[in-house]
Amino acid sequence: MPLKEINIFRRHGSQYVPDLRKVRLPEIFRGKPVIGHYITPAEGHLAMNLCPTGAVGLLPANPDADHGLYTIDLGKCVFCRECEFALPGKIRFTGDYKMATNVRERLVVVSGGDQPAGLDPGKVRKEIRSFFKHALKLRQVSAGGDNSTEMELNAAGNVNFDMGRYGIEFVASPRHADGIVITGPISENMAEALQICYDAIPTPKIIILAGTDAISSGIFSGSPALNRTFLNHHYVDLYVPGNPPHPLTFINGVLDLIGRL
Amino acid sequence: MMDQRYIEILTNPGTVKLADIPVLQYPEFSAFVDLLMGEEGTHCVSYFVLPKPDTYRFICCMAADENHALLIFSHEQPLEPSLSLQSLTARHFQFHAFEREIHENFGITFREHPWMKPVRYPFDRADQSRIMNNYPFFSIDGEELHEVGVGPVHAGIIEPGHFRFICHGEQVLHLEIQLGYQHRGVEHLFIEKPGILHQSLLAESIAGDTAVGHSMAYAGVVESLAGIVVPPYLSAERVIALELERIAMHIGDTAALCTDIAYQLGQVVNEALRTIVINTTQLWCGNRFGKGLVRPGGSHYPLSGATIAEILKNLKDVEERYVQVTDRIFSLPSALGRFEGTGKLTTMQASLIGAVGMAAKSSGMYRDIRWSHPFSAYAGHRYEPVMLHKGDVWSRAMLRKREVEKSMEVIRELIRTFTSTEIENRKSKIENPIYDLSLAPSSLAISMVEGWRGEICHIAVTGDSGKMIHYKAKDPSFHNWMALALAVRNQEISDFPLCNKSFNLSYCGNDL
Repeated sequence: MPLKEINIFRRHGSQYVPDLRKVRLPEIFRGKPVIGHYITPAEGHLAMNLCPTGAVGLLPANPDADHGLYTIDLGKCVFCRECEFALPGKIRFTGDYKMATNVRERLVVVSGGDQPAGLDPGKVRKEIRSFFKHALKLRQVSAGGDNSTEMELNAAGNVNFDMGRYGIEFVASPRHADGIVITGPISENMAEALQICYDAIPTPKIIILAGTDAISSGIFSGSPALNRTFLNHHYVDLYVPGNPPHPLTFINGVLDLIGRL
Repeated sequence: MMDQRYIEILTNPGTVKLADIPVLQYPEFSAFVDLLMGEEGTHCVSYFVLPKPDTYRFICCMAADENHALLIFSHEQPLEPSLSLQSLTARHFQFHAFEREIHENFGITFREHPWMKPVRYPFDRADQSRIMNNYPFFSIDGEELHEVGVGPVHAGIIEPGHFRFICHGEQVLHLEIQLGYQHRGVEHLFIEKPGILHQSLLAESIAGDTAVGHSMAYAGVVESLAGIVVPPYLSAERVIALELERIAMHIGDTAALCTDIAYQLGQVVNEALRTIVINTTQLWCGNRFGKGLVRPGGSHYPLSGATIAEILKNLKDVEERYVQVTDRIFSLPSALGRFEGTGKLTTMQASLIGAVGMAAKSSGMYRDIRWSHPFSAYAGHRYEPVMLHKGDVWSRAMLRKREVEKSMEVIRELIRTFTSTEIENRKSKIENPIYDLSLAPSSLAISMVEGWRGEICHIAVTGDSGKMIHYKAKDPSFHNWMALALAVRNQEISDFPLCNKSFNLSYCGNDL
């Protein structure tokens, strides 16, 4: 090998992240939010009115409490952090990137912040862990995605994150895939191609929605150019929130799903 | 005496009253376009229809690069579905996409338009019988020719689009690109949900790989309409963010070009370098793509002294390693053999189609908004674009290398202008974004930004009450997709991925 290449290698050093389960992201990273205990109705309504995607909600008050509990739905949240700026000290986005789950309701963060989060192993389909624990090949379909989630999924396999070390890879042909990763709010113009691609994957197969756009259509919610009927007919195995999701959010979510420690 | 045929804007962004935009008769309008097109460095930035209750108002914005000016003029036509106009494209091909878009949206016919093809199949298109599955592909009959169809779903993790090749053996005679799969109704949503915060989020989702570029263009439009002048410090911060985005994307593209020629060392090293750059942006604002960083009127993320130090440290590291690896790439015979002479876009072709950004600059066309229509901190900066002339993959790859180095210089220069007291003051006195701006009524604002792909242009039109009534967002890809189609002619089809990556155009930016 020529000397120049050796020098490049030497300077490049070792770039891979040794333990993808224990990385700490800087606190400024907009990960899972925490909502304080004491949100007044006025503060809660401020946040609800401010939220551009209707991610802030209010649970009906239970008879014993004097007020209801405010919520943030990570499936709708675009992580703009405006509610935190409006209510500093009451709402805080943390550096916690482990937000993926298999149960849609678990994406909802409730004020007080001690709710169970993450994946519910009891609800993972049995065949997923028996078939895919040691090798999972995925076909990605962008259906109106803005290319940021797509780039983060590419990054999940790059020299830093290298999810290939777990046997998790993106493949070109749906025939070679064990599942589909959907990004984007699912445009009408892409709806048929998405269905065809999904149908071409042999069973058993999984569905992962990556990014807020895919989970709830996010900022594009209500657009007449979307067609999300695909989701009415299929069971979603993993929701990966984020705008876009960080590669670590995706990788940790998939590892939890297939039952890798 | 002032020319009555147009109104001139000398700032970027800039606002004019709708009533001040001259309305010409169509023959006079066309003749004026002919006149402008005869001049060096003039191109069409936007040509769109503003539907009014009783008429269609066609508004044309032409950039006169040498004079650093924008000329705006218009013509009006009756609201008739059978409206038919003599096409400008027949004489000036760079109007092709604009006239196609108008035809697709409103059903207006342009006579003698040579390429009246769908642009993006918007949900509210005039002719609903046109669907993704019946795109009218160009075809050639011949026993020795065959067609290759690729997409919308491609082999990698990329956005959808359909490519239809007509080949003679391995040689590509013709490529036609069908887009529209990513259409999300962005321009419609800008008007439907007019809150400034909502629109800011839409702008940064037009193309997530250009979140800073598009959100800067959007902020320019609304700040101009609201009469806000951004303080110099904030302008400098925005440009630093924009140049970080350019550096990250150019390095990522360098990695991808290495992937396509199977030079793994180049790929891996550049991937790691891109990570450092986007992690720097993340350290600044909490998002690797700079989403949330640019907001009208202020910022949630003032640059702190610590972040500045981190930016400078990381740029130094990245620069040394990027120069080291790209010097190797550009001296490797096996890499040069694939890059040189491949996928050529001639200066003539680039000029004809109105190419912008990287595609123009690497084909010998002096076109860069940072120089021609300086915005934000570029006003008064005297930016000189990086220029290359051969128009091949090598030129587009080399352009990235040189622009990365240049962008680093720009960032360092801007940081040098910050005094330490300024940095301290900034931290204690944060101007928050403004979400309740009142916009000038009955006006048109235009804002252009040189994103990493090239010229981004946002236009907003307000009604009598100051409410936004029309929005146009243009990604540089809108011009440049045709460049890719031309560049692959007479190339081997196996070189298509390399040619495609060398342009790296946006699907969602085109489809909106």
